[in-house]
Amino acid sequence: MKMEPGKASLVNTHKILMKGLETIMNPRKFALLFATLTMMLILYACGGGEQKTGETGEQKAPETTGPVTQIDPATAATVTGKISYEGEKPKPIQIRMDAEAACAALHKEPVYAQQVVVNGNNALQYVFVYVKEGLGDKNFEISKEPVVLDQKGCMYHPHVFGVQAGQPLKVLNSDPTTHNIHPVPANNREWNKSMSPGVTPLEQTFPREEIMIPVKCNVHPWMKSYIGVVKHPFFAVSKEDGTFEIKGLPPGEYTIEAWHEKLGTSTQKVTVGPKETKSVDFTFKAAAVIS
Amino acid sequence: MFKQRELNSSERGATWLHRFALVATFSTFVLIIAGALVTGNEAGLAVPDWPLSYGSLMPPMVGGIRYEHGHRMVATFVGFLTMILAFWLWRGESRRSVRMLGFLALGVVIIQGILGGITVLFFLPTIISVSHACLAQAFFCLMVSLTLLTSPDWRQGVPKIEDRNNFSFRRLCVLTTGSIYLQLILGAALRHSKSGIVFHLVGAFAVTVLAMLVVTRVFKYYPNVSSLLRAAWVLSILLLAQLFLGTGSYLIRLATRQDVQPGLAMVTITTAHVAVGALVLATSLSLTFQSYRVLSQANRVRRFSTAPQKVAL
Repeated sequence: MKMEPGKASLVNTHKILMKGLETIMNPRKFALLFATLTMMLILYACGGGEQKTGETGEQKAPETTGPVTQIDPATAATVTGKISYEGEKPKPIQIRMDAEAACAALHKEPVYAQQVVVNGNNALQYVFVYVKEGLGDKNFEISKEPVVLDQKGCMYHPHVFGVQAGQPLKVLNSDPTTHNIHPVPANNREWNKSMSPGVTPLEQTFPREEIMIPVKCNVHPWMKSYIGVVKHPFFAVSKEDGTFEIKGLPPGEYTIEAWHEKLGTSTQKVTVGPKETKSVDFTFKAAAVIS
Repeated sequence: MFKQRELNSSERGATWLHRFALVATFSTFVLIIAGALVTGNEAGLAVPDWPLSYGSLMPPMVGGIRYEHGHRMVATFVGFLTMILAFWLWRGESRRSVRMLGFLALGVVIIQGILGGITVLFFLPTIISVSHACLAQAFFCLMVSLTLLTSPDWRQGVPKIEDRNNFSFRRLCVLTTGSIYLQLILGAALRHSKSGIVFHLVGAFAVTVLAMLVVTRVFKYYPNVSSLLRAAWVLSILLLAQLFLGTGSYLIRLATRQDVQPGLAMVTITTAHVAVGALVLATSLSLTFQSYRVLSQANRVRRFSTAPQKVAL
C-alpha cells in the first residue's frame, strides 16, 4: 500500500529526529562531545579569570575631532547656586551591614543610605549639576588627573561625582574585605572587576558622554555610586550645604541641568558675560521621588 | 508467618540506583533554591569571573559571594551526581528510553552550567538569565522523571483503569504540566526583567483552573487510585501555598521598592515562591506519569452525522 505524501514526510521527519537523538545519545559520541566541551571550558579557564587590577581599561579615550578650545582666565565666568529640597524630609534609611562582619566592624555609628540626603536649611546633597547645552561642538582639554573613587567603610566615596569622557577613573579599595566594582552604563562598555583588600588601584575610562552611570557592588548590595560622564570640565556636585560652583565657563548662554538619583532632573537657562558670576538655584520637590 | 522475599543482586542494584536518583533530585531542588537566593540577594555578579571565582576555586565567602559561589558549588555537586547517574543508568538500566533520559539530563546540566557562565560574563542579559532559570526547571523535571522511572513501584505492572472521558485525564495532565512550565517561564521573565506582571497573573489563573480540573477529576473518578489521589492532594496544597506566596512576593516587592538592599523577608518569600513553583511542576509531572501508568484510553466509537458508518478509533 502506498503512503500519502504528507504522511510519508512526517514519518521521514520522525525517523530523522529519532536518528539524531540516537546519535547524540550514543554513549561514545556523547562522551566525545562532553570531552570537547570540557576541553573548551578548561582552555577558557586558562585564558580567562580575574583581570589583574592595575591594568588600564580596554576602552579607548575619545579622539578629539577639532581644535581644543582654550579657556581664557581673563574672561572665564562662573555659575554658582544652591540645591534645595521642598517638602517633608524623608526618613533616613539605615543600612544593615550585619550580614558582613568586616563591614559592620568598620562603623561604630549607624550608617545611612545616601540616596536622598537633606541637610540643614533644606540643602540637598549629591546633586550632579552640569552644562547640558550651549557649548556647541567645542572640544576641551581632557584632564589627565584621575578622578578617585574609593571603597571605604563598605561605602563608595564620593557617592556622586563627575568625570570627563576619556579622563582616567582610579578605583581604590581601602577596606579589609573584598569588593566587586560594577558600573552599569548604557552608552559605554559595561565592566565588572573584583578587588581584594590591599589590591593595586584599578584604572578605567569612559569614552562616551553619559548621564549617569550607576555603579554597584554586588557583594554588598547597599553600595551604590553614580558617575556623570561629560565631554567638558563644566560640572559639579552639590555639597553638604547644597551649594555648587562651576568655574571657568566661556561667556555665553547655557542650559544647566541638575540630576538627582531619586528626584529626577531639572534644567534652567543662564547667560554669563566675561568674568561674570551668576547664581542658579534649583528646588526638588518631595513628590517627585522616582521608584 | 509472612516471610519477606529476599532481593536478588539485580533488584538490589535497581533499588540503590533509585535511591541515588532521589538524592540527585533532592540536590537539584536545593540547587534551585540556591539559584533563587542569588537572584533574591542581587548577587548574580558578585563573582565577576567564571568558571573560576576570583581566580580560585574557593574565594572569600563574604557578602554576595556566599550566594553566588555557594550556588556554583551546589551546581558542581549536582553536575557530578548527574554524571554518575547517567553512567550508572547506562551500565545498569535495561530500558533504553531511561538510559537516554539519563544522558539527556547530563547534556542539560552541562548546557545549564554554560548558560550560568554566560550570564556572569555578559552581565546578566535578561534572555540568558531567563533561559537559565527555565532550563533549571526542565532539568528538575528530568531528574523527577528519572526518580519515578527507576522506582521499584514503577517497575511493577499495575492493572489499567479505563478512562472514558472525552478529554482524557492523561491529556489534561499533560496540558496542566505544560501550562505550569509556561507559567514558570513567565515568572522568570518577570523576576529578571521586572515587567510582565499581567501575563504572569493570567498564567496563574489558567494554571489554577487546570490544576483544579485535574484535582476534581481525581477526586470524582479515581478516589481509589492511591498514587493519583496522593499526588492530587499534594498538588492542591502546593498550589494554594504558591498562590499565597505569589501574592506575598508581589506585595513585599511593592513595599520594599525604596529599600537600599534586599531584605530577609523579601528574599525568603520570593525564594519560597520559586521553590514551591518547582514543586508544583514536579507534582503535576509525576501525576502525568502516574496517569499514563494506571489509566488507559477507552476504545470509543465515534458517530459521524454525515456518514452512516461507524469508525472505530
